[in-house]
Amino acid sequence: MPAIVPTTTTKADAPAASAGSSQRRSRTAYLLLLPGLGWLGVFFVIPIATLFFTSLQAPVEGRSGVYQAAFQISNYAQALGDYWPQFVRSFIYAGIATILALIIAYPLAYFIAFKAGRWRAIMLVLVVAPFFASFLLRTYAWRTILSDEGAITTALNALHLLPEDRILNTSIAVVLGLTYNFLPFMILPLYASLEKIDPRLIEASGDLYARPFTGFRKVVFPLSLPGVVAGTLLTFIPAAGDFINARLLGAPGDSMVGTAIQVNFLQFRDYPIASALSFILMAFILVVVFTYIRRAGTEDLV
Amino acid sequence: MRWLRRNIIGIIAVLVLVYLFVPIAVVAVLSFNQPEGKYNITFNEFSLSAWANMCGVPGVCESFALSIQIGLLATVIATIFGTMIAFALVRYRFRGRDTTNLLIFLPMATPEVVLGSSLLALFLNITFPLGFWAVTIAHIMFIISFIVVAVKARLQGMDPRLEEASRDLYASPRATFRYVTFPLVLPGILGAALLGFALSFDDFIITFFNAGTMVTFPVYIWGAAQRGIPVQVYALATLVFFLSLVLVLVVQGVNARRRRRLEAAVAAS
Repeated sequence: MPAIVPTTTTKADAPAASAGSSQRRSRTAYLLLLPGLGWLGVFFVIPIATLFFTSLQAPVEGRSGVYQAAFQISNYAQALGDYWPQFVRSFIYAGIATILALIIAYPLAYFIAFKAGRWRAIMLVLVVAPFFASFLLRTYAWRTILSDEGAITTALNALHLLPEDRILNTSIAVVLGLTYNFLPFMILPLYASLEKIDPRLIEASGDLYARPFTGFRKVVFPLSLPGVVAGTLLTFIPAAGDFINARLLGAPGDSMVGTAIQVNFLQFRDYPIASALSFILMAFILVVVFTYIRRAGTEDLV
Repeated sequence: MRWLRRNIIGIIAVLVLVYLFVPIAVVAVLSFNQPEGKYNITFNEFSLSAWANMCGVPGVCESFALSIQIGLLATVIATIFGTMIAFALVRYRFRGRDTTNLLIFLPMATPEVVLGSSLLALFLNITFPLGFWAVTIAHIMFIISFIVVAVKARLQGMDPRLEEASRDLYASPRATFRYVTFPLVLPGILGAALLGFALSFDDFIITFFNAGTMVTFPVYIWGAAQRGIPVQVYALATLVFFLSLVLVLVVQGVNARRRRRLEAAVAAS
């Protein structure tokens, strides 16, 4: 996704015609943008604003599940006070899953970019192919793979490596599920930035008597950093917001912030608290994204 | 030993690919299972009954058809909107580029639970009914960005000489678009639409928040997870997976062949 050198103009822009025609051209551009951006404005931006207003609402006396406009900042204190363990767990689980995904994804992305040759296109299809199989069923399938009688759990138990003598219904299973589910989001941006590296740079490092690993450490890896950053974001963010893995693979005590948002919105109907939780998560992600943009610009985001 | 050292990255790469498909293989195998109890988790006995009678459990096929309906509708609209944005971004210079890029990136960077809950907050506040239209609106919203990214990549990857050649041959801008640009981008648009459909069809979190009492295929699976997912669901999911995989590989093959032919033609001229 992100490139190292930001592209500023495209080839089609180059012949800047007279002022009149360029004005006409930009009017066409706005007409092309209008429906899609309008949709995102109404159904993405406005909902986020609504979420913020809802997070400040106060309950109406005597009517449960009904709230009125207010400026109740204490909702945030209450949300954080009640659910800080869920926040902490979300960030720890998603953090570990992201690091694992990076370690697993890098060799595959590297292979597709430099060694796959004519298999490149097929391998890229195979990387996204898991999306064609149901997310929920794939997650649920880990219950079979990690089951207490299964080969993996038995083997690790024989070596006394499992603190709770099992994987299923523990936080380990949740982290493993998250790692698996969002792996393609790590592989694709890594591949995109590795693919842009000129293979001659690696040859050059070899010609200068760098050992292969030194060449990788000093040439390839630094050049792939934009992909590492993008992949880390694209894996960490959905993993931090996920509540499916915690529910299907973990114990009740492994619930994450997504669980808290879902339960408060759909079961307790405590909309202000649910909105406050959701908005805190959103704000955190916005901070991360804007930090990234200040370093890399917006052109390579999409 | 030397062979191992030289091919270690390839071996790891293949193992990672295998890892990606292990749970899918489990789903496929369990679709031929006759579970012992209500939970289809361990393989008990081979059976074709789920494949022979896919709609045998009430609600499964209804929810499946509903997900296809929503997927098609959302994909068509999002593909049109997203393709228009991609063209504007690649082919035009305009003020507000940064804002546009940001507005397209943010929905992809926002956790689904925030997208779903914020739309629910809006729908609750304006008392918009939850269900089919609420979910379709939500799906269009979160698919658009992915379509933009996919079509934009295709447009940028196009050989500019092809359009120049068309202009050199005195084709009008309209004719160039109609006979050169659009046919070249079309495979990219179709690929993007396929991705969009897959995202919509399989979406659970955003849908769950806005579905009300409506049951799409993923919502059905979520509900069934507590009381045991019917084997029919495994069969349907396996079928969808293999059909999509074949479809994508065919599109990929056609694309590759077209590209090779075009490149040969350009090289010859």
